[in-house]
Amino acid sequence: MPVTIKKTEMPVQAPDIRKNNFEQVSLGYTVEMALEEAQRCLNCKHKPCIAGCPVGVKIPEFISQLKSGEYEAAYQTIRETNALPAVCGRVCPQESQCEAKCVRGIKGEAVAIGRLERFAADYHMQHFSEVTEAVKSNGIPAAVVGAGPSGLTCAGELAKRGYEVTIFEALHQPGGVLIYGIPEFRLPKKIVAYEIENLKKLGVKIQTDIVIGKTISVDELFEQGMRAVFIGSGAGLPSFMQIEGESLNGVYSANEYLTRINLMKAYLPDYGTPILKGKSVAVVGGGNVAMDAARSALRIGAESVSIIYRRSMKEMPARQEEVEHAMEEGVQFHLLTNPVRFIGDENGWLRGVECVKMELGEPDASGRRRPVAQKGSEFFLDIDTAIIAVGTSPNPLIRKTTDGLEVNRHGCILTQEETGETSRKGVYAGGDAVTGAATVILAMGAGRKAAEAMDQYIQQNFGESNSLN
Amino acid sequence: MFPILKKRRLNDTMTLMEVEAPFIAKKAKAGQFIILRVNEFGERIPLTIADYDREEGTITIIFQKVGKTTLLLDQLEEGDKILDFIGPLGTASHLDGYKKAAVIGGGAGCAIAYPQAKALHEMGAHVDMIAGFRSQDIIILEDEMRAASNNLFLMTDDGSNGNKGFVTDALKAQIDAGADYDLVVAIGPLPMMRAVSNLTRPYGIKTIISMNPIMIDGTGMCGGCRVTVGGETKFACVDGPDFDGHLVDFDEAILRTRTYREDEARATREYNCHLMEGAKNG
Repeated sequence: MPVTIKKTEMPVQAPDIRKNNFEQVSLGYTVEMALEEAQRCLNCKHKPCIAGCPVGVKIPEFISQLKSGEYEAAYQTIRETNALPAVCGRVCPQESQCEAKCVRGIKGEAVAIGRLERFAADYHMQHFSEVTEAVKSNGIPAAVVGAGPSGLTCAGELAKRGYEVTIFEALHQPGGVLIYGIPEFRLPKKIVAYEIENLKKLGVKIQTDIVIGKTISVDELFEQGMRAVFIGSGAGLPSFMQIEGESLNGVYSANEYLTRINLMKAYLPDYGTPILKGKSVAVVGGGNVAMDAARSALRIGAESVSIIYRRSMKEMPARQEEVEHAMEEGVQFHLLTNPVRFIGDENGWLRGVECVKMELGEPDASGRRRPVAQKGSEFFLDIDTAIIAVGTSPNPLIRKTTDGLEVNRHGCILTQEETGETSRKGVYAGGDAVTGAATVILAMGAGRKAAEAMDQYIQQNFGESNSLN
Repeated sequence: MFPILKKRRLNDTMTLMEVEAPFIAKKAKAGQFIILRVNEFGERIPLTIADYDREEGTITIIFQKVGKTTLLLDQLEEGDKILDFIGPLGTASHLDGYKKAAVIGGGAGCAIAYPQAKALHEMGAHVDMIAGFRSQDIIILEDEMRAASNNLFLMTDDGSNGNKGFVTDALKAQIDAGADYDLVVAIGPLPMMRAVSNLTRPYGIKTIISMNPIMIDGTGMCGGCRVTVGGETKFACVDGPDFDGHLVDFDEAILRTRTYREDEARATREYNCHLMEGAKNG
């Protein structure tokens, strides 16, 4: 089979159809496509791709297994280091991770590692029922705060080691950003439900509607007998821009907009939560959250949707594939543009936004060139809905109610990088609660490392005698 | 799932429920609230904790039937269960250290003002309670409010209880008569809380109000409940719901409560039609 310099195309729903529904856009590889793409892997000796994966998935190994038709073996190889392959294959920014290091990428396109990972996971889901090896319980209770990617991964790893794990989740449904943030058209919720069912089969208990820091404190978790606690509460506190008119009706944080749509299903007629169905929508920001919000707005009936981003396309942090999908669906991009103020009518409804053109100056602390406003370049955009997607930071609830938990000036919990150990004995943390808003895979990697460290900590400090049975 | 242990209709539009929620009952304090979801398709709505019993492990909520969700909630009977019930949320009221307080409730707001009066009274403050209703037949919690205060002034808009006037009239009268309040707590519709805050401002009396904006998660992750206080954006679900009435931008808050008015009206209409059809077919 001749090997091409391009990735094997993945079938997608046509843009003019998909922009009216919430069904999955990328349909995934067939067996034939997966085999064709797997052939492109050179099986390099030094395996640079693995270094690009935050959890070190054995990439050439699972691709070799795919090549020889061992689909389930490939899946199990991935599962050794990645608890949620069906999720990561869909939402990881592979172009800046594993695929960025792929040797094929030097003279053409990298091997489609993400698509292959997704294929292996989807194939497994369709053809195999989960066989969970019964793990003998060691009777030792441990707690996980937050049922997002880091918490789910940490809980799974602890359960595999025999711990009696309980996850405490503030919302009424587990999954964190996988449930309330990333929309159905990018990550079908049945995949998240499947992964959560697997965890339950491992013996993990999930208690929803429990807000740690309010309903129960971290200290009380220890009083209840928990030997160690993992905090994976994420970075769910939305930033606003602090500009005029941000409280007008029609101005949303992306978190609110996406929570109404994804968690509360405001786009479906049978559900009780309302959402404003704007005709002319602007989304401020250039990350995945901005793309998700913009594409969701189209799907609930907006006639025009624009992204307003203060840097250029090159600096945009969103996944390349999502930016392309958004463009194909008709989302317009106002690049090097920043909102100055929102303008409303006398009844408090948003009617437009005044923007200013930006140019890129010197690199800032993040290494990206700092955007500077160009005087006199102000212009007005007629909009009835604005969605602010300029970032989030960790929720202060846990740090405010847990004595001795050190945080940095951004409110991120301070930890030992390799172990996730915090300044409080027996308390570990990982994911966005530590790093600020980052990726699903990094959160999972942190959950995994912390589980290992928690295991060691419990064994060292409580040893054999600590079984409560 | 959270079982309803007791249900009592206070009047045609208001209902009290005691809900079994031991974790919340253990922690609840005056001024805090819960978020509930009636069923799988339901929205999340905030309701203030009207009372709690730590021993029995129960939380009391009082709600007014104003739309689809509260109508749906009102359909549940003792023994039925509420799907999700989350709390205690928000920052508890800071009520200690005051000597003489006026606690003002407007309509359904009395259900929220009452626990504040009770808390102040138990801390040893002299409490004048001023409660306002449209008319005599919708007065609620009269005995409870009387027990939680030194004086109870019951006002009706139409004078049907013989005491015609707004809560602000009663407050003004007390202040003019020399009541030396060091605290006013006002809870009720936004225009009423605005009027009370405007009244107390020139006297420099500390005034605490309880905001009731639109909420979804109630844990600070969306900012749907944001209010402008002293020029700063605050999230009522975590920074409040209590704020200094002299600093709150009431006009903005009033406009924001209208965001989903059309959707709400439609949902209520469809719900009522649905009930009627059910009645016809049943």
